[in-house]
Amino acid sequence: MKGVLFLPRTIFIGGAITALFLLAALLSFIWTPHDVTGVAIAQKLRPPFGDFILGTDHFGRDLLSMVMVGARVSLAVALVAVGIGMGLGVPLGLAAAARPNAWWSDAIMRLNDLIFAFPALVIAILITASFGASALNAIIAIGIFNIPVFARLSRGAALALWQREFILSARVCGKSDLRISAEHILPNIANILIVQGTIQFSLGILAEAGLSYVGLGAQPPLPSWGRMLADAQTMVSFAPHLALVPGLAIVLAVLGLNLLGDGLRDVMDPRLKERQA
Amino acid sequence: MIQFVMRRFLSLIAALAVSSVVIFLVIEVAPGDPASFMLGINAQPDTVAALRAELGLDQPKLQRYVSWVLGMLQGDFGISYTYRAPVGQMIADRLWVSLPLAIYALALSTLIAIPVGAYAAARRGRAGDMMVMGATQLGVAVPNFWFAMLLVLMFAIKLQWFSAGGFPGWEAGLGQGIMALSLPAIALALPQAAILARIMRSALLDVLGEDYMRTARAKGLSRPRAIWRHGMRNAMIPVLTILGLQFSFLLAGAIIIEQVFYLPGLGRLVFQAITQRDLIVVESVVMLLVFTVIMVNFLVDLAYLWVDPRLRGDG
Repeated sequence: MKGVLFLPRTIFIGGAITALFLLAALLSFIWTPHDVTGVAIAQKLRPPFGDFILGTDHFGRDLLSMVMVGARVSLAVALVAVGIGMGLGVPLGLAAAARPNAWWSDAIMRLNDLIFAFPALVIAILITASFGASALNAIIAIGIFNIPVFARLSRGAALALWQREFILSARVCGKSDLRISAEHILPNIANILIVQGTIQFSLGILAEAGLSYVGLGAQPPLPSWGRMLADAQTMVSFAPHLALVPGLAIVLAVLGLNLLGDGLRDVMDPRLKERQA
Repeated sequence: MIQFVMRRFLSLIAALAVSSVVIFLVIEVAPGDPASFMLGINAQPDTVAALRAELGLDQPKLQRYVSWVLGMLQGDFGISYTYRAPVGQMIADRLWVSLPLAIYALALSTLIAIPVGAYAAARRGRAGDMMVMGATQLGVAVPNFWFAMLLVLMFAIKLQWFSAGGFPGWEAGLGQGIMALSLPAIALALPQAAILARIMRSALLDVLGEDYMRTARAKGLSRPRAIWRHGMRNAMIPVLTILGLQFSFLLAGAIIIEQVFYLPGLGRLVFQAITQRDLIVVESVVMLLVFTVIMVNFLVDLAYLWVDPRLRGDG
């Protein structure tokens, strides 16, 4: 086992950024530098680095506080969507790998191909048209989009494992396919699932921002990074910080998760590192 | 080869059929009646009933599904609930903005990504490669609509090289139209190019380690020529796959970016339709988007045949 000091730097940098955003989101439940619900027109559109570190918006709300509260929505939506994708996709992928010749194995993979034809935005448009806009729609839309990603990944990895001797011996012991999948296959693909989970987490943050920007995600008064950008759009010429602050928050959060994912992949799957470096 | 094409064609038809059922059902469960929504709360029940009959809403679900699909096959997408205009015409008008935008962006991102990815692979581990990898790491983290806002701030508001938004229409001339779509296309293309360049780089690195590359060098080809003649073509398969998958992101991205530049494309149409509960427009636009994605992936599969002659032989 490698010592902590020999872990790739990307894990520390990415991990620190991710932890920072998670902490900021959690902290916002009990404390923010200023109130984000009140309107204080007297201090509207203050530039950054004055009384307010990141400045204020057109209602005089503190942008740092809004970014902190917005982090809740962005991170929660993306995280739950990863949960949906893993929770449904992995069992589907494992089942398809356990009985590759069964008719439903083929059906599962065809279904996955089909879901790929529905980008998260299109799913969100459909759900919103029927049920109205909410952060929940964004979760469902991004979650559905994640399912085939995890199903394909786990099927591919599991198929290779089913050829190995230790699976054969488990079979000889009389274990059922279900038990083998749960006890032997799943622990062996957990690594790549975690790495993919980090990547989908970061893609989820990007997707959530896009959805709430066009009004298909979190609704006011709930601040979210995408909505902050939508509000900033008309004011960007005279108050560019309104667009810069939430945008940089998105970039930093996504970058942090991507670095963390890269680092984790290097540690967990050294063969890939060989190829990338 | 014919078998391969036929099998792909059949699954294309199946995918379109299943998608249309899913889209129809999701829209169908929407609460509220479009006819009473159109006429407002003070409408007489018999007026509502008459409008329902006119829109065909009083027919059974199955019949409405069949006539929706048959209509689309003949280019008839129904009548918009709000504008009382043919949906097909409304979509066609908007498509003249969204489709050129998506294709423009696709072309730009491919033109940037393939040389950049190939350059990084050829200089693997050196300064040039590091810079490319750093830039692409940043590129994949940038939301394209935010990047679009920054471009507007820089090139439209500060430098005033481009207009900040709007579309003069193709009647105003090809140059004007392309000019109006340039900033949106760049905003869409650069983040996509970052992903594609990374794929190109790793695909080419995989290929560079192959025996046939050594053979090509051994028979006297220079390194650039060997990469060009033998490496590129073999690296194109994963690149094509990602290109096909990316098209759906590009289309979705175009719809979002249209909002930044106030472009009268499909995005504007569909978001307006959602607020006005013009469900038939939503239904048709979504079907069109899904159709495009499925179709592009079908074409990508056919492109494999062209790139990889081994696939042409059997199955």
